[in-house]
Amino acid sequence: MRAPPARADAIQVDRWRFYTLAPALAVYLLLALLPIVNLVVMSAHDIRWQQGAAQWTLVGLKHYTELPRDPLVRAGLANTTLFALLAVTAEMLIGFALALFVSRIVVGRVLYRTIFLLPILIPGIVIGAIWKLMYNPDFGIINQLFGLVGLAGFDWLGSGRLAFMSVIVVDIWHWTPFVFLLLLAGLESLPEDIHEAAMLDGASAWQELRRVTIPMMLPVIVVTLAFRLIVSFKVFDEVYLLTGGGPGTATEVLSFTIYRRFFTEDRMGYGSAISVVALFVLTLVIVLFMGMTRRRMHTN
Amino acid sequence: MESVRWHRVGMHAVLALGALIVVLPVVWIGFAAFKTQIALLRGDFLFTPYFGNFEELLFSKASDYPANFFNSLLVASGSTTMVLLIATLAAYSMYRLRWPSWVPALVLMGSLVFHMIPPITLVGPWYVMFRSIGWDNTYAALVLTHVALNLPIGIAVMSVFVRDIPLEIEEAARLDGCSTPQMLWRIVFPLVGPGLAATGILVFVFSWNEFAVALNLTSRQTATVPVAIAKFAQEYEIKNGVMAAGALLSVIPAILLLLFAQRHIVKGLTAGTGK
Repeated sequence: MRAPPARADAIQVDRWRFYTLAPALAVYLLLALLPIVNLVVMSAHDIRWQQGAAQWTLVGLKHYTELPRDPLVRAGLANTTLFALLAVTAEMLIGFALALFVSRIVVGRVLYRTIFLLPILIPGIVIGAIWKLMYNPDFGIINQLFGLVGLAGFDWLGSGRLAFMSVIVVDIWHWTPFVFLLLLAGLESLPEDIHEAAMLDGASAWQELRRVTIPMMLPVIVVTLAFRLIVSFKVFDEVYLLTGGGPGTATEVLSFTIYRRFFTEDRMGYGSAISVVALFVLTLVIVLFMGMTRRRMHTN
Repeated sequence: MESVRWHRVGMHAVLALGALIVVLPVVWIGFAAFKTQIALLRGDFLFTPYFGNFEELLFSKASDYPANFFNSLLVASGSTTMVLLIATLAAYSMYRLRWPSWVPALVLMGSLVFHMIPPITLVGPWYVMFRSIGWDNTYAALVLTHVALNLPIGIAVMSVFVRDIPLEIEEAARLDGCSTPQMLWRIVFPLVGPGLAATGILVFVFSWNEFAVALNLTSRQTATVPVAIAKFAQEYEIKNGVMAAGALLSVIPAILLLLFAQRHIVKGLTAGTGK
């Protein structure tokens, strides 16, 4: 078969190069970039729906000046940050231990990995429903188990600090498996003979962990940690079902504040302003983190 | 060697405890689905299985659950198909069609940022946008938002597989006069089959599970399963058994995929976070 002329070929490749990328670009432009621009515009307006049409009134920066004094925003921001730190720390520790153990055993690897995958695949809202029933002070299984060993039960979602910790426990249940999976993939990609060499040198398991495994796993650990920290700002489904942000503002998280202000109270302009601030701060953190990991990859 | 054996026993004990903590809640909700409201409230450990919850969920006139299930299937399969197509084309374009290097870099960075921001921040503008073009509460709007939400993971996973296509095959095909569309149809899509499986399973499950967007962009007619389950939990008189039954049915796709496609899920999840 005769090869087509080189120039025609190049033009054809150019054209298809664009056609193949265009759908993805269109999705990002129309459903990510445009909405973000809209968000900024909306945040400078008060918006009311009248007979299916939006009535826009320009209010300038009013929403942004109101924002720092909003008790829900303050609670949401503080709670989400504390929530991310506590939950992700626990997820990293437990996830690392489980991954390390699974990578060291011979029998049952696949079984454990299958079981630990389960929570990642269950709808967040179902996880909320399950734990809401389990936390129930009257018939939930947790208080039942407490009763079996003679302990008094608690109203797990009923009082401020306890409710906050209860929601964190659910998040740990939900996301430790994800951390486990990433760290396990990292551990399995470490050269096998290093472990054997350390054993032959008579290093204790603890020494091997501190001097060999953790240093070699550091890049994977850093990426997983940063990823989980940022993504935990998405938390919404479980809180929606378990506590609705309560009691009071004890479990109010940022995503929930945005939902409440924008949809429940129908304050679209103000809700947009909160979104803009949240997006700005998170994007800044993400870009900083990406710069950090890129430098790290270059130095390695 | 004695100490190694004890290490091993200890590790198995911890792992077994972990597995128990993971499985117990799911088993417990499974049992709750077969309990009467009274057995549930009494917290009976032993009970005779009762199918009334499923009957009410599936066959009562007041229940929308079968419709919700259908809506979820429709939205998840629609968005999965679109993500597979768009992501494969984009990955091929970026890695094999010689863009100046800043183009893929920019797209991938934007993609990652978009993947990490909370979706709830964008639900507001999506709602206003779809409502002003008369698409509020439509399947199309929800499918499109699910495509957008899952496109980053789709592109990330498909990129891994597209880069594995041997360059020699492509060069040979080009020399034979193969055009880009023919190349895509005859070579790229057939060769990335395992990637399509991994991506497809993940996107389907994520779309099936998605709640925050579906809550705000659907009406009673288009509501998906998670929206329905949330509603059960918030009714004036919570029907715990019916809610448990709905929750149990909603995790069936996930459990089936876990049993039959575990390898693909692992591959997709680990590839999807820049590994």
